[in-house]
Amino acid sequence: MTAAVSVDRLEVVFDRFRALRGVSLEVQSGESFGLVGESGSGKSTLLRAIAGLAPAASGSITVNGKKLGKRRDKAFYREVQMVFQDPYGSLHPRQTVDRLLQEPLAIHGFADGEKRIQRALDEVGLGTGFRFRYSHQLSGGQRQRVAIARALILEPSILLLDEPTSALDASVQAEVLNLLEEIRRRRKLTFLMVSHDLAIITHMCERLMVMQNGEAVEHLTAGDLVERRVTRDYTRNLLRASEGFVRV
Amino acid sequence: MSTLLEVDDLRVTFPTRTGRIEAVRGVSFSLGRERLGIVGESGSGKSQTGRAIMGLTPPQAEVTARKLAFDSIDLLAASPRDRRALRGKRIAMILQDPKYSLDPVMSIGRQIVETLRTHEKVGKAEARDRALAMLEAVQIRDPARVFDLHPHEVSGGMGQRAMIAMMLIAGPEMMIADEPTSALDVTVQLDVLGILDRLVSERGMGLIFISHDLRLVSSFCDRVIVMYAGKVVEQLKASELGRAQHPYTRGLLNCMPKIGADRHPLPVLDRKPEWAA
Repeated sequence: MTAAVSVDRLEVVFDRFRALRGVSLEVQSGESFGLVGESGSGKSTLLRAIAGLAPAASGSITVNGKKLGKRRDKAFYREVQMVFQDPYGSLHPRQTVDRLLQEPLAIHGFADGEKRIQRALDEVGLGTGFRFRYSHQLSGGQRQRVAIARALILEPSILLLDEPTSALDASVQAEVLNLLEEIRRRRKLTFLMVSHDLAIITHMCERLMVMQNGEAVEHLTAGDLVERRVTRDYTRNLLRASEGFVRV
Repeated sequence: MSTLLEVDDLRVTFPTRTGRIEAVRGVSFSLGRERLGIVGESGSGKSQTGRAIMGLTPPQAEVTARKLAFDSIDLLAASPRDRRALRGKRIAMILQDPKYSLDPVMSIGRQIVETLRTHEKVGKAEARDRALAMLEAVQIRDPARVFDLHPHEVSGGMGQRAMIAMMLIAGPEMMIADEPTSALDVTVQLDVLGILDRLVSERGMGLIFISHDLRLVSSFCDRVIVMYAGKVVEQLKASELGRAQHPYTRGLLNCMPKIGADRHPLPVLDRKPEWAA
Protein backbone atom coordinates (compact mmCIF):
# COMPACT_ATOMS: atom_id res chain seq x y z
CA MET A 1 0.00 0.00 0.00
CA THR A 2 1.23 3.48 -0.82
CA ALA A 3 1.02 6.48 1.42
CA ALA A 4 -1.59 8.98 0.28
CA VAL A 5 -0.23 11.72 2.51
CA SER A 6 3.11 11.71 4.17
CA VAL A 7 4.41 14.55 6.27
CA ASP A 8 8.01 14.65 7.37
CA ARG A 9 9.32 16.85 10.20
CA LEU A 10 7.04 19.70 9.23
CA GLU A 11 7.56 23.09 10.86
CA VAL A 12 5.15 25.99 10.57
CA VAL A 13 6.16 29.33 12.02
CA PHE A 14 3.97 32.43 12.31
CA ASP A 15 6.23 35.40 13.06
CA ARG A 16 8.23 33.89 15.90
CA PHE A 17 5.57 31.45 17.10
CA ARG A 18 6.24 27.83 16.21
CA ALA A 19 2.77 26.42 15.53
CA LEU A 20 4.11 23.06 14.36
CA ARG A 21 7.33 21.61 15.77
CA GLY A 22 8.63 18.87 13.54
CA VAL A 23 5.51 16.80 13.02
CA SER A 24 5.66 13.62 10.97
CA LEU A 25 2.84 11.34 9.94
CA GLU A 26 1.86 8.91 7.23
CA VAL A 27 -1.66 8.22 6.03
CA GLN A 28 -2.20 5.20 3.80
CA SER A 29 -4.40 5.37 0.76
CA GLY A 30 -8.02 4.61 1.67
CA GLU A 31 -7.39 5.11 5.36
CA SER A 32 -9.24 7.40 7.73
CA PHE A 33 -6.82 9.19 10.03
CA GLY A 34 -7.70 11.41 12.98
CA LEU A 35 -5.95 14.37 14.58
CA VAL A 36 -6.94 15.19 18.15
CA GLY A 37 -5.87 17.87 20.61
CA GLU A 38 -6.98 20.97 22.47
CA SER A 39 -7.25 24.40 20.81
CA GLY A 40 -3.85 25.68 19.87
CA SER A 41 -2.32 22.21 19.64
CA GLY A 42 -1.63 22.69 15.92
CA LYS A 43 -4.05 20.11 14.54
CA SER A 44 -5.84 22.56 12.23
CA THR A 45 -2.54 24.17 11.24
CA LEU A 46 -1.27 20.76 10.11
CA LEU A 47 -4.36 20.31 7.92
CA ARG A 48 -4.04 23.81 6.53
CA ALA A 49 -0.35 23.31 5.81
CA ILE A 50 -1.20 20.23 3.73
CA ALA A 51 -3.86 22.20 1.84
CA GLY A 52 -1.37 25.01 1.21
CA LEU A 53 -3.13 27.50 3.48
CA ALA A 54 -0.32 27.74 6.04
CA PRO A 55 3.33 28.29 5.10
CA ALA A 56 5.76 25.47 5.79
CA ALA A 57 9.04 26.74 7.23
CA SER A 58 10.84 23.43 6.83
CA GLY A 59 10.14 19.75 6.39
CA SER A 60 8.23 18.18 3.53
CA ILE A 61 4.74 17.09 2.53
CA THR A 62 4.20 14.34 -0.02
CA VAL A 63 0.80 13.63 -1.53
CA ASN A 64 0.29 10.50 -3.65
CA GLY A 65 4.04 10.15 -4.10
CA LYS A 66 4.53 13.72 -5.25
CA LYS A 67 6.49 16.13 -3.11
CA LEU A 68 4.76 19.47 -2.73
CA GLY A 69 6.47 22.81 -3.24
CA LYS A 70 5.48 26.23 -1.96
CA ARG A 71 2.72 26.64 -4.52
CA ARG A 72 0.03 24.08 -5.17
CA ASP A 73 -0.95 23.46 -8.78
CA LYS A 74 -4.44 22.72 -10.08
CA ALA A 75 -3.75 19.01 -10.23
CA PHE A 76 -3.19 19.03 -6.47
CA TYR A 77 -6.63 20.45 -5.78
CA ARG A 78 -8.20 17.79 -8.01
CA GLU A 79 -6.75 15.28 -5.57
CA VAL A 80 -7.13 17.08 -2.25
CA GLN A 81 -10.15 19.02 -1.05
CA MET A 82 -11.05 20.44 2.32
CA VAL A 83 -14.23 20.85 4.36
CA PHE A 84 -14.13 23.61 6.96
CA GLN A 85 -15.51 23.83 10.46
CA ASP A 86 -18.03 26.60 10.18
CA PRO A 87 -20.64 26.13 7.46
CA TYR A 88 -21.88 29.65 8.23
CA GLY A 89 -18.54 31.12 7.25
CA SER A 90 -17.33 28.88 4.46
CA LEU A 91 -20.13 29.45 1.91
CA HIS A 92 -20.39 32.68 -0.08
CA PRO A 93 -23.45 34.51 1.25
CA ARG A 94 -24.42 36.04 -2.09
CA GLN A 95 -24.02 32.98 -4.27
CA THR A 96 -26.61 30.29 -4.84
CA VAL A 97 -25.70 26.67 -4.23
CA ASP A 98 -25.54 26.23 -8.00
CA ARG A 99 -23.07 29.10 -8.39
CA LEU A 100 -20.98 27.80 -5.46
CA LEU A 101 -20.69 24.39 -7.05
CA GLN A 102 -19.91 25.80 -10.50
CA GLU A 103 -16.88 27.69 -9.24
CA PRO A 104 -14.53 24.69 -8.87
CA LEU A 105 -15.83 23.24 -12.15
CA ALA A 106 -15.08 26.48 -14.00
CA ILE A 107 -11.61 26.73 -12.49
CA HIS A 108 -10.75 23.22 -13.57
CA GLY A 109 -12.45 23.49 -16.95
CA PHE A 110 -15.02 20.72 -16.67
CA ALA A 111 -17.58 20.59 -19.44
CA ASP A 112 -20.13 18.26 -17.88
CA GLY A 113 -20.99 20.68 -15.05
CA GLU A 114 -24.72 20.14 -15.19
CA LYS A 115 -24.43 16.42 -14.58
CA ARG A 116 -21.79 16.78 -11.89
CA ILE A 117 -23.78 19.31 -9.88
CA GLN A 118 -26.84 17.08 -9.93
CA ARG A 119 -24.81 14.07 -8.93
CA ALA A 120 -22.98 15.90 -6.14
CA LEU A 121 -26.23 17.22 -4.67
CA ASP A 122 -27.84 13.79 -4.86
CA GLU A 123 -24.83 12.23 -3.24
CA VAL A 124 -25.02 14.47 -0.17
CA GLY A 125 -28.76 13.88 0.09
CA LEU A 126 -29.96 17.35 -0.85
CA GLY A 127 -31.56 16.79 -4.23
CA THR A 128 -31.91 19.41 -6.95
CA GLY A 129 -34.59 21.33 -5.04
CA PHE A 130 -31.78 23.04 -3.14
CA ARG A 131 -29.84 24.02 -6.22
CA PHE A 132 -30.98 27.61 -6.56
CA ARG A 133 -31.13 28.53 -2.92
CA TYR A 134 -28.80 30.88 -1.08
CA SER A 135 -26.89 29.63 1.91
CA HIS A 136 -28.93 31.75 4.34
CA GLN A 137 -31.98 29.74 3.29
CA LEU A 138 -30.35 26.54 4.52
CA SER A 139 -29.91 25.07 7.98
CA GLY A 140 -26.46 24.38 9.44
CA GLY A 141 -26.60 20.71 8.48
CA GLN A 142 -27.71 21.50 4.94
CA ARG A 143 -24.93 24.05 4.57
CA GLN A 144 -22.35 21.52 5.65
CA ARG A 145 -23.78 19.12 3.06
CA VAL A 146 -23.28 21.81 0.40
CA ALA A 147 -19.69 22.27 1.59
CA ILE A 148 -19.16 18.51 1.29
CA ALA A 149 -20.74 18.51 -2.18
CA ARG A 150 -18.38 21.31 -3.21
CA ALA A 151 -15.41 19.31 -1.98
CA LEU A 152 -16.59 16.17 -3.80
CA ILE A 153 -17.47 17.73 -7.12
CA LEU A 154 -13.91 17.50 -8.44
CA GLU A 155 -13.77 13.84 -7.39
CA PRO A 156 -10.72 14.14 -5.14
CA SER A 157 -9.10 11.10 -3.56
CA ILE A 158 -8.21 12.80 -0.29
CA LEU A 159 -10.56 14.81 1.90
CA LEU A 160 -9.26 17.09 4.66
CA LEU A 161 -11.96 17.58 7.31
CA ASP A 162 -11.49 20.34 9.87
CA GLU A 163 -14.02 19.75 12.68
CA PRO A 164 -16.78 19.20 10.14
CA THR A 165 -19.54 18.74 12.74
CA SER A 166 -18.57 20.86 15.74
CA ALA A 167 -20.89 23.70 14.71
CA LEU A 168 -23.84 21.32 14.36
CA ASP A 169 -26.46 19.92 16.71
CA ALA A 170 -25.90 16.41 18.06
CA SER A 171 -28.71 14.96 15.96
CA VAL A 172 -27.52 16.65 12.77
CA GLN A 173 -23.95 15.65 13.57
CA ALA A 174 -24.94 11.98 13.37
CA GLU A 175 -26.43 12.52 9.90
CA VAL A 176 -23.34 14.30 8.60
CA LEU A 177 -20.96 11.69 10.08
CA ASN A 178 -23.00 8.91 8.47
CA LEU A 179 -22.91 10.75 5.16
CA LEU A 180 -19.12 11.14 5.34
CA GLU A 181 -18.65 7.45 6.13
CA GLU A 182 -20.87 6.36 3.30
CA ILE A 183 -19.09 8.60 0.79
CA ARG A 184 -15.73 7.31 1.93
CA ARG A 185 -16.82 3.72 1.49
CA ARG A 186 -18.37 4.33 -1.91
CA ARG A 187 -15.56 6.42 -3.34
CA LYS A 188 -12.69 4.76 -1.44
CA LEU A 189 -11.51 8.12 -0.18
CA THR A 190 -8.71 8.90 2.21
CA PHE A 191 -9.81 11.02 5.17
CA LEU A 192 -7.66 13.23 7.35
CA MET A 193 -9.97 14.48 10.05
CA VAL A 194 -9.48 16.97 12.87
CA SER A 195 -11.64 17.01 15.98
CA HIS A 196 -11.32 17.79 19.65
CA ASP A 197 -13.85 15.08 20.41
CA LEU A 198 -12.28 11.66 20.92
CA ALA A 199 -15.62 9.88 20.55
CA ILE A 200 -16.05 11.24 17.02
CA ILE A 201 -12.50 10.33 16.06
CA THR A 202 -12.78 6.74 17.35
CA HIS A 203 -16.06 6.43 15.51
CA MET A 204 -14.67 7.70 12.20
CA CYS A 205 -10.98 6.81 12.14
CA GLU A 206 -8.82 3.71 12.33
CA ARG A 207 -5.69 5.48 13.49
CA LEU A 208 -5.11 8.81 15.16
CA MET A 209 -2.44 11.16 16.38
CA VAL A 210 -2.75 13.17 19.59
CA MET A 211 -1.23 16.65 19.44
CA GLN A 212 -0.20 19.19 22.03
CA ASN A 213 1.66 22.50 21.63
CA GLY A 214 2.47 21.81 17.99
CA GLU A 215 3.94 18.39 18.64
CA ALA A 216 2.72 14.84 18.19
CA VAL A 217 2.49 13.30 21.65
CA GLU A 218 1.00 9.92 20.85
CA HIS A 219 0.05 7.66 17.93
CA LEU A 220 -2.88 5.34 18.64
CA THR A 221 -5.37 3.09 16.94
CA ALA A 222 -9.10 3.39 17.58
CA GLY A 223 -8.87 0.04 19.37
CA ASP A 224 -6.27 1.42 21.80
CA LEU A 225 -8.67 4.15 22.80
CA VAL A 226 -11.57 1.75 23.30
CA GLU A 227 -9.40 -0.38 25.61
CA ARG A 228 -7.86 2.71 27.25
CA ARG A 229 -4.34 1.71 26.18
CA VAL A 230 -2.91 5.23 26.34
CA THR A 231 0.42 6.21 27.80
CA ARG A 232 0.16 9.99 28.19
CA ASP A 233 -1.71 11.87 30.90
CA TYR A 234 -2.71 14.42 28.29
CA THR A 235 -4.55 11.77 26.28
CA ARG A 236 -6.12 10.41 29.46
CA ASN A 237 -7.45 13.88 30.23
CA LEU A 238 -8.99 14.09 26.78
CA LEU A 239 -10.54 10.66 27.31
CA ARG A 240 -12.00 11.69 30.63
CA ALA A 241 -13.36 14.89 29.11
CA SER A 242 -15.22 12.91 26.46
CA GLU A 243 -17.13 11.04 29.12
CA GLY A 244 -19.00 14.09 30.35
CA PHE A 245 -19.23 15.91 33.62
CA VAL A 246 -18.63 14.00 36.85
CA ARG A 247 -19.42 15.70 40.15
CA VAL A 248 -16.54 15.51 42.63
CA MET B 1 -38.62 23.33 48.32
CA SER B 2 -39.57 26.95 47.71
CA THR B 3 -40.48 27.87 44.18
CA LEU B 4 -38.24 30.50 42.65
CA LEU B 5 -39.66 30.70 39.18
CA GLU B 6 -43.03 29.74 37.81
CA VAL B 7 -43.66 29.49 34.10
CA ASP B 8 -47.11 28.58 32.84
CA ASP B 9 -48.04 28.45 29.17
CA LEU B 10 -45.23 30.72 27.98
CA ARG B 11 -45.47 31.74 24.32
CA VAL B 12 -43.04 33.80 22.25
CA THR B 13 -44.23 34.90 18.83
CA PHE B 14 -42.28 36.71 16.12
CA PRO B 15 -44.13 38.62 13.43
CA THR B 16 -42.54 38.05 10.02
CA ARG B 17 -43.45 39.01 6.47
CA THR B 18 -44.80 35.54 5.88
CA GLY B 19 -46.87 35.39 9.04
CA ARG B 20 -46.41 34.87 12.74
CA ILE B 21 -43.79 32.39 13.87
CA GLU B 22 -44.33 30.83 17.28
CA ALA B 23 -40.86 30.09 18.63
CA VAL B 24 -42.12 28.98 22.03
CA ARG B 25 -45.56 27.39 22.15
CA GLY B 26 -46.91 26.93 25.63
CA VAL B 27 -43.99 25.97 27.86
CA SER B 28 -44.71 25.36 31.55
CA PHE B 29 -42.37 24.45 34.38
CA SER B 30 -41.32 25.60 37.80
CA LEU B 31 -37.89 25.97 39.30
CA GLY B 32 -36.77 25.77 42.90
CA ARG B 33 -33.22 25.97 44.20
CA GLU B 34 -32.15 23.20 41.88
CA ARG B 35 -30.43 22.58 38.56
CA LEU B 36 -32.80 22.32 35.65
CA GLY B 37 -31.61 21.44 32.15
CA ILE B 38 -33.42 22.49 28.98
CA VAL B 39 -32.38 20.42 25.98
CA GLY B 40 -33.30 20.62 22.33
CA GLU B 41 -31.93 21.24 18.85
CA SER B 42 -31.40 24.63 17.22
CA GLY B 43 -34.79 26.19 16.69
CA SER B 44 -36.51 24.23 19.43
CA GLY B 45 -37.15 27.43 21.39
CA LYS B 46 -34.90 26.65 24.33
CA SER B 47 -32.89 29.87 24.10
CA GLN B 48 -36.00 31.99 23.50
CA THR B 49 -37.49 30.49 26.67
CA GLY B 50 -34.41 31.60 28.63
CA ARG B 51 -34.45 35.04 27.04
CA ALA B 52 -38.13 35.56 27.75
CA ILE B 53 -37.53 34.84 31.44
CA MET B 54 -34.61 37.22 31.45
CA GLY B 55 -36.57 39.88 29.57
CA LEU B 56 -34.25 39.94 26.57
CA THR B 57 -36.76 39.08 23.87
CA PRO B 58 -36.44 41.45 20.88
CA PRO B 59 -39.00 44.29 21.03
CA GLN B 60 -40.95 43.20 17.95
CA ALA B 61 -41.70 39.81 19.46
CA GLU B 62 -44.70 39.14 21.62
CA VAL B 63 -44.38 37.31 24.94
CA THR B 64 -47.50 35.96 26.61
CA ALA B 65 -48.02 33.56 29.49
CA ARG B 66 -50.72 32.59 31.94
CA LYS B 67 -48.06 33.07 34.55
CA LEU B 68 -44.44 34.13 34.45
CA ALA B 69 -43.38 34.90 37.99
CA PHE B 70 -40.03 35.14 39.72
CA ASP B 71 -40.28 35.04 43.51
CA SER B 72 -43.96 36.04 43.21
CA ILE B 73 -43.10 39.08 41.04
CA ASP B 74 -45.17 39.06 37.86
CA LEU B 75 -42.46 39.53 35.22
CA LEU B 76 -44.86 40.38 32.40
CA ALA B 77 -46.54 43.14 34.41
CA ALA B 78 -43.29 44.56 35.79
CA SER B 79 -42.08 47.89 34.41
CA PRO B 80 -38.90 47.94 32.32
CA ARG B 81 -37.26 49.70 35.24
CA ASP B 82 -38.20 46.96 37.68
CA ARG B 83 -37.03 44.29 35.30
CA ARG B 84 -33.74 46.08 34.84
CA ALA B 85 -33.30 46.04 38.60
CA LEU B 86 -33.88 42.28 38.63
CA ARG B 87 -31.53 41.54 35.75
CA GLY B 88 -28.00 41.07 36.95
CA LYS B 89 -28.98 41.50 40.58
CA ARG B 90 -31.34 38.61 41.21
CA ILE B 91 -31.43 36.85 37.84
CA ALA B 92 -28.20 36.44 35.89
CA MET B 93 -27.42 34.97 32.50
CA ILE B 94 -24.31 33.41 31.02
CA LEU B 95 -24.13 33.41 27.24
CA GLN B 96 -22.46 31.04 24.86
CA ASP B 97 -19.43 32.78 23.51
CA PRO B 98 -17.33 35.12 25.68
CA LYS B 99 -15.78 36.50 22.49
CA TYR B 100 -19.06 38.18 21.56
CA SER B 101 -20.77 38.74 24.89
CA LEU B 102 -18.04 40.66 26.73
CA ASP B 103 -17.47 44.32 25.94
CA PRO B 104 -14.34 44.34 23.73
CA VAL B 105 -13.20 47.85 24.67
CA MET B 106 -13.47 47.56 28.44
CA SER B 107 -11.09 45.70 30.73
CA ILE B 108 -12.47 42.58 32.38
CA GLY B 109 -12.12 44.07 35.83
CA ARG B 110 -14.03 47.21 34.91
CA GLN B 111 -16.87 45.13 33.49
CA ILE B 112 -17.17 43.17 36.72
CA VAL B 113 -17.01 46.33 38.83
CA GLU B 114 -19.65 47.94 36.60
CA THR B 115 -22.09 45.10 37.32
CA LEU B 116 -21.46 45.34 41.03
CA ARG B 117 -21.79 49.12 41.30
CA THR B 118 -24.96 49.15 39.19
CA HIS B 119 -26.67 47.05 41.80
CA GLU B 120 -24.98 47.91 45.07
CA LYS B 121 -23.70 51.06 46.67
CA VAL B 122 -20.03 50.25 47.15
CA GLY B 123 -16.90 52.34 46.98
CA LYS B 124 -14.34 51.95 44.20
CA ALA B 125 -11.72 50.27 46.36
CA GLU B 126 -14.17 47.81 47.85
CA ALA B 127 -15.65 47.02 44.42
CA ARG B 128 -12.18 46.25 43.14
CA ASP B 129 -11.44 43.97 46.07
CA ARG B 130 -14.68 42.10 45.60
CA ALA B 131 -14.09 41.73 41.86
CA LEU B 132 -10.63 40.32 42.56
CA ALA B 133 -12.05 37.90 45.11
CA MET B 134 -14.67 36.80 42.60
CA LEU B 135 -12.03 36.23 39.92
CA GLU B 136 -10.20 34.08 42.41
CA ALA B 137 -13.39 32.15 43.15
CA VAL B 138 -13.67 31.18 39.49
CA GLN B 139 -10.12 29.81 39.72
CA ILE B 140 -8.26 32.45 37.79
CA ARG B 141 -4.72 32.07 39.01
CA ASP B 142 -3.51 35.65 38.75
CA PRO B 143 -6.61 37.81 39.36
CA ALA B 144 -4.74 41.11 39.56
CA ARG B 145 -3.28 40.62 36.09
CA VAL B 146 -6.52 39.40 34.51
CA PHE B 147 -8.42 42.32 36.07
CA ASP B 148 -6.62 44.74 33.73
CA LEU B 149 -6.77 42.60 30.60
CA HIS B 150 -9.22 43.15 27.75
CA PRO B 151 -11.38 40.26 26.51
CA HIS B 152 -9.30 39.69 23.36
CA GLU B 153 -6.23 39.09 25.51
CA VAL B 154 -7.63 36.04 27.29
CA SER B 155 -8.50 32.53 26.12
CA GLY B 156 -12.06 31.30 25.69
CA GLY B 157 -12.02 29.37 28.95
CA MET B 158 -10.69 32.37 30.85
CA GLY B 159 -13.25 34.67 29.21
CA GLN B 160 -16.06 32.35 30.22
CA ARG B 161 -14.77 32.27 33.81
CA ALA B 162 -14.68 36.07 33.81
CA MET B 163 -18.28 36.07 32.61
CA ILE B 164 -19.29 33.70 35.42
CA ALA B 165 -17.52 35.99 37.88
CA MET B 166 -19.37 38.99 36.47
CA MET B 167 -22.70 37.21 36.74
CA LEU B 168 -22.15 35.99 40.28
CA ILE B 169 -20.75 39.15 41.83
CA ALA B 170 -24.13 40.66 42.65
CA GLY B 171 -25.18 37.39 44.29
CA PRO B 172 -28.12 36.38 42.08
CA GLU B 173 -30.67 33.82 43.26
CA MET B 174 -31.24 32.40 39.82
CA MET B 175 -28.90 31.87 36.91
CA ILE B 176 -29.69 31.08 33.30
CA ALA B 177 -26.75 29.53 31.46
CA ASP B 178 -27.32 29.39 27.70
CA GLU B 179 -24.85 26.91 26.21
CA PRO B 180 -22.13 28.12 28.60
CA THR B 181 -19.49 25.69 27.39
CA SER B 182 -20.28 24.97 23.73
CA ALA B 183 -17.65 27.41 22.49
CA LEU B 184 -14.95 25.86 24.68
CA ASP B 185 -12.52 22.98 24.30
CA VAL B 186 -13.53 19.64 25.80
CA THR B 187 -10.96 19.75 28.58
CA VAL B 188 -11.71 23.38 29.46
CA GLN B 189 -15.43 22.60 29.36
CA LEU B 190 -15.14 20.35 32.38
CA ASP B 191 -13.17 22.94 34.38
CA VAL B 192 -15.78 25.60 33.71
CA LEU B 193 -18.64 23.23 34.54
CA GLY B 194 -16.89 22.25 37.75
CA ILE B 195 -16.60 25.89 38.80
CA LEU B 196 -20.22 26.58 37.90
CA ASP B 197 -21.36 23.48 39.78
CA ARG B 198 -19.47 24.40 42.94
CA LEU B 199 -20.61 28.02 43.01
CA VAL B 200 -24.23 27.17 42.29
CA SER B 201 -24.41 24.60 45.08
CA GLU B 202 -22.44 26.74 47.57
CA ARG B 203 -24.77 29.67 47.08
CA GLY B 204 -27.93 27.61 46.79
CA MET B 205 -28.93 29.19 43.49
CA GLY B 206 -31.51 28.00 41.03
CA LEU B 207 -29.91 27.18 37.69
CA ILE B 208 -31.41 26.79 34.23
CA PHE B 209 -28.87 25.10 32.00
CA ILE B 210 -29.68 25.34 28.29
CA SER B 211 -27.83 23.06 25.90
CA HIS B 212 -28.21 20.80 22.87
CA ASP B 213 -26.03 18.14 24.49
CA LEU B 214 -28.41 15.84 26.34
CA ARG B 215 -25.72 13.71 27.88
CA LEU B 216 -23.81 16.69 29.27
CA VAL B 217 -26.99 18.21 30.68
CA SER B 218 -28.05 14.99 32.34
CA SER B 219 -24.69 14.59 34.04
CA PHE B 220 -24.92 18.13 35.37
CA CYS B 221 -28.57 18.75 36.26
CA ASP B 222 -31.15 17.32 38.64
CA ARG B 223 -34.03 17.54 36.22
CA VAL B 224 -34.25 17.77 32.43
CA ILE B 225 -36.85 19.31 30.13
CA VAL B 226 -36.69 18.22 26.51
CA MET B 227 -38.02 20.68 23.93
CA TYR B 228 -39.00 20.12 20.34
CA ALA B 229 -40.49 22.72 17.97
CA GLY B 230 -41.28 25.16 20.78
CA LYS B 231 -42.93 22.62 23.06
CA VAL B 232 -41.92 20.50 25.99
CA VAL B 233 -42.08 16.89 24.84
CA GLU B 234 -40.74 15.29 27.99
CA GLN B 235 -39.80 16.21 31.56
CA LEU B 236 -37.82 13.81 33.66
CA LYS B 237 -35.27 13.37 36.41
CA ALA B 238 -31.72 13.31 35.09
CA SER B 239 -31.09 10.03 36.89
CA GLU B 240 -33.98 8.42 35.03
CA LEU B 241 -32.84 9.42 31.59
CA GLY B 242 -32.37 5.79 30.65
CA ARG B 243 -36.10 5.33 31.08
CA ALA B 244 -37.02 8.20 28.72
CA GLN B 245 -40.29 7.50 26.92
CA HIS B 246 -40.41 9.98 24.09
CA PRO B 247 -38.76 8.78 20.86
CA TYR B 248 -37.18 12.22 20.40
CA THR B 249 -35.41 12.05 23.78
CA ARG B 250 -34.24 8.54 23.05
CA GLY B 251 -33.06 9.60 19.62
CA LEU B 252 -31.03 12.46 21.09
CA LEU B 253 -29.43 10.07 23.56
CA ASN B 254 -28.57 7.54 20.89
CA CYS B 255 -27.18 9.70 18.14
CA MET B 256 -23.91 10.66 19.85
CA PRO B 257 -20.83 8.61 18.95
CA LYS B 258 -19.51 6.84 22.01
CA ILE B 259 -16.07 5.36 22.61
CA GLY B 260 -16.36 1.60 22.62
CA ALA B 261 -19.74 1.42 20.94
CA ASP B 262 -19.22 0.27 17.38
CA ARG B 263 -22.30 1.53 15.60
CA HIS B 264 -22.11 2.14 11.87
CA PRO B 265 -24.06 4.01 10.72
CA LEU B 266 -25.05 6.05 13.76
CA PRO B 267 -28.77 6.01 14.52
CA VAL B 268 -30.37 9.24 13.33
CA LEU B 269 -33.57 10.94 14.38
CA ASP B 270 -36.61 10.02 12.39
CA ARG B 271 -38.63 13.18 12.92
CA LYS B 272 -42.35 12.61 13.13
CA PRO B 273 -44.77 15.47 12.36
CA GLU B 274 -46.93 14.51 15.36
CA TRP B 275 -44.06 15.42 17.76
CA ALA B 276 -44.59 19.06 16.86
CA ALA B 277 -48.38 18.88 17.12
